[in-house]
Amino acid sequence: MVHVPIPTAEHPPAPAPSPRGRRWTPYMLLTPGMLWLAVFFGLPLVFVFLTSLYVPAPSGLAGEYVPAMRWANYSEAFVEYLPQFGRSFLYAGIATVLAFLIAYPLAYAIAFKTGRWRNLLLILVVAPFFTSFLLRTMAWRQILADEGFVVPVLKALNILPEGMALTASPVAVVAGLTYNFLPFMTLPLYASIERIDPRLLEAGADLYGNSFTVLRKVTLPLSLPGIVSGTLLTFIPAAGDYINAQLLGNRSTTVLGQVIDSRFFRIVDYPAASALSFILMITILVLVLVYIRRAGTEDLV
Amino acid sequence: MSGDLRLQGVVKSFGSFVAVDDIDLTIPEGSFFALLGPSGCGKTTTLRMIAGLEEPTSGAVHLGDLDITYLRPYKRPVNTVFQNYALFPHLDIYENVAFGLRRRGVKDVSGAVNEALELVELPHLARRKPAQLSGGQQQRIALARAIVNRPQVLLLDEPLGALDLKLRRQMQVELKRIQTEVGITFVHVTHDQEEAMTMADTVAVMNQGRIEQLGAPIDLYESPQTTFVANFLGQSNLVPATRKGSEEGVVVVDCQGQLLHVPAGRLTTDQSAFLVGVRPEKIRLADPGADASGMAATAALNRLTGGRIVDASFSGVSTQYLVRMPWEQELMVFAQNLEVGDLFPAGSAVDLVWQREHTFGLVGDRVAGVE
Repeated sequence: MVHVPIPTAEHPPAPAPSPRGRRWTPYMLLTPGMLWLAVFFGLPLVFVFLTSLYVPAPSGLAGEYVPAMRWANYSEAFVEYLPQFGRSFLYAGIATVLAFLIAYPLAYAIAFKTGRWRNLLLILVVAPFFTSFLLRTMAWRQILADEGFVVPVLKALNILPEGMALTASPVAVVAGLTYNFLPFMTLPLYASIERIDPRLLEAGADLYGNSFTVLRKVTLPLSLPGIVSGTLLTFIPAAGDYINAQLLGNRSTTVLGQVIDSRFFRIVDYPAASALSFILMITILVLVLVYIRRAGTEDLV
Repeated sequence: MSGDLRLQGVVKSFGSFVAVDDIDLTIPEGSFFALLGPSGCGKTTTLRMIAGLEEPTSGAVHLGDLDITYLRPYKRPVNTVFQNYALFPHLDIYENVAFGLRRRGVKDVSGAVNEALELVELPHLARRKPAQLSGGQQQRIALARAIVNRPQVLLLDEPLGALDLKLRRQMQVELKRIQTEVGITFVHVTHDQEEAMTMADTVAVMNQGRIEQLGAPIDLYESPQTTFVANFLGQSNLVPATRKGSEEGVVVVDCQGQLLHVPAGRLTTDQSAFLVGVRPEKIRLADPGADASGMAATAALNRLTGGRIVDASFSGVSTQYLVRMPWEQELMVFAQNLEVGDLFPAGSAVDLVWQREHTFGLVGDRVAGVE
C-alpha cells in the first residue's frame, strides 16, 4: 500500500519547483534580442522587399512610386548592373584570399611562437579599430600615391611599369579591402589555432610528418572552424562594402554598393535599389550556405 | 648489439635550470626499459630527446651506428605513445593508425592497420572518432598508432597515468604481452615504482636530472645503492651507524650502541659513518630476548633490542607496525598475517630480528626520495 501524506493546515505540502516557470526561461532570455531583430531587421526587410516591386507613380514625379508586384524590377536591375555585381564579388574574393594568406601565419605565430608578447600582439591586431574606418581608408591614398614610398620602390624593382599609378585603381580597392578586414580574419583564426594542443603537432612530427605535412594534415584541418568564420567575416562585409571602391577606386571600379547608394540617394530609384540589395543579400546567403556545406563544419570559431 | 640505443653525456638545460645532467645510458635492443623517477626528475625530457622533440644542450644520442642527436623527429625510426595520447581529433581511428604509414608513402595500409588494431583488440572501432572512445581504448589506439610503424624504439610517456587502478593493472600485463610479441625496444617513462618493476627488464631510477641507479628490478629493490633508491622504491629503515671492524666478509657496525653485521659486498662506502638499512618486510618481531617465530637463533641474524610498538595497523594480508627505538627513531615493520592471534598489541616491548644478508649499508640523506 502506498502511503500518501495528507496535507493539513499545520503541514502544507512543500511547493514543488514549477516546471512551467523553467520551461519559459529560454524564451524570456531570447525575447530582447528577438524583439530587436524583429523591429530593426525583420520589418525593414519586409518594407525593402515590398519597395523592390513598386512602379513609378502615374504623376511621373521623381521619387514617387506606387505599390505593385513588378518582378521585372529584379531582372532589369540585375542585367543592367551585372559588371558591378561581378566586381563586388571578385574584389571581395581576392581580398579574402589575401587576408587569409597574411592572417594565417600571423595568427599561428601569435598562438604558438610569441610567448609573453602574445597579448601585446593581439592588441596591435585590434589597434586599427581605435581610429576611424574612413580615415584609415583615406590613408591608403597617401600610401599608394606616386610620391609615396610604395610606388617608387615597386618601380625601382621593375614590378610596376613606368608611368603606371596605383591610386584610383583596382589594386588600391583590393588593398583597402584586405587591410580593413584583416582583423576580422585574424581573430577567429587565432582563436581556433590557439586551441590546438601542441602535442598533436608533436605527434604529427613523431609520425613521420615534416613541417609542411603537419601543417597540411593536422594544423589546417584542426583550425577549419576559424578558417570558415574568418573568411565569412571578411567576405560578407567586403562584398557589400562601397567605401573602399568609392575612396580608392575610379570610374571603372564601381561595385554594387556604390550603385545601390546612388540609386537610393541621388536618383531616388527606390525599387531598383531595393531589388539590388535583395539580390546581393540572397547571393551572399547562397554562397555562404554552399561554402559551409563544402567545408563540412557546423561550429564557427 | 647493432640496434642498441645509447645516450652519451647527454645534458639538457632550460636557461639556468638543468633538467638532464650528464646521462650515460645504453638500452639494449629488444629490451623493456623503464625510466623511473618523481615528477621533474628529467625522465620525460630524456624521452623527448630520444624522440627528437628536444635537442640536447650537449652529448650524443646513437641508435645502433646512427647518430640521431640532431635528426629531425620525422626522420627517426622512433615512435612515441604520448601522455594523454594526442590522438588526432579530426581523423577517425583507422586514419589515426594509418597516419605514420601514409606519411612514409606506404601504398596499401589496410593490412598493417588492421593488424595493429587486432593487436590491441579494437578492430571494431576503426571508423569511430577518438572522442567517442573511453580512456583505456584511446590508450590502446595510441599504442597501435605508434607500433604499426614498426619503429626500432617505442617511447611511452606515462602512458597509463590517466587510467584508473584496475585498468592500469590490466594494461601493464597487456603492454608486456605486446612488447614480447613485437620484440621492439620499449622505453617506458613512469613515476610509479610498482609499474616500472612489474613491467621492465631494466629500470633506471632518475633523480634531479641524474641516474641514481640502474639495474634489474630485483637488484634495485634488494640492494639499493643510494638512499634515494632505498626510499623511492618501496620503503626502507635507515639507521645511522659507525664502522667497528670486519671479520671474514662481514663488517661489524655500531648501531646506536648495538652491534650489527653487514655483508661486506652490501656496503657501498669506505667511510666510517654511514646508514644501515633493512626493508620493513624482512624484519620479524620477537618478545625481548626470545626467538622470532619462524627464525631459529643462529649466528647469521641481526637483532635490535629495546623497541616499543607505538602503532599497529592491520591491513588484511599484513600488519604494519611502527616501532620506537631507544634512540627515538621509529622503524617500520611489515608482518605477514600467517597465524591467527600472533599480533603484537601497541605498547608491547619487542626486539627486531632479521637475517644478516638482508642488511645493506650506504651513505646519503636519510629522507631522500621519501614520498
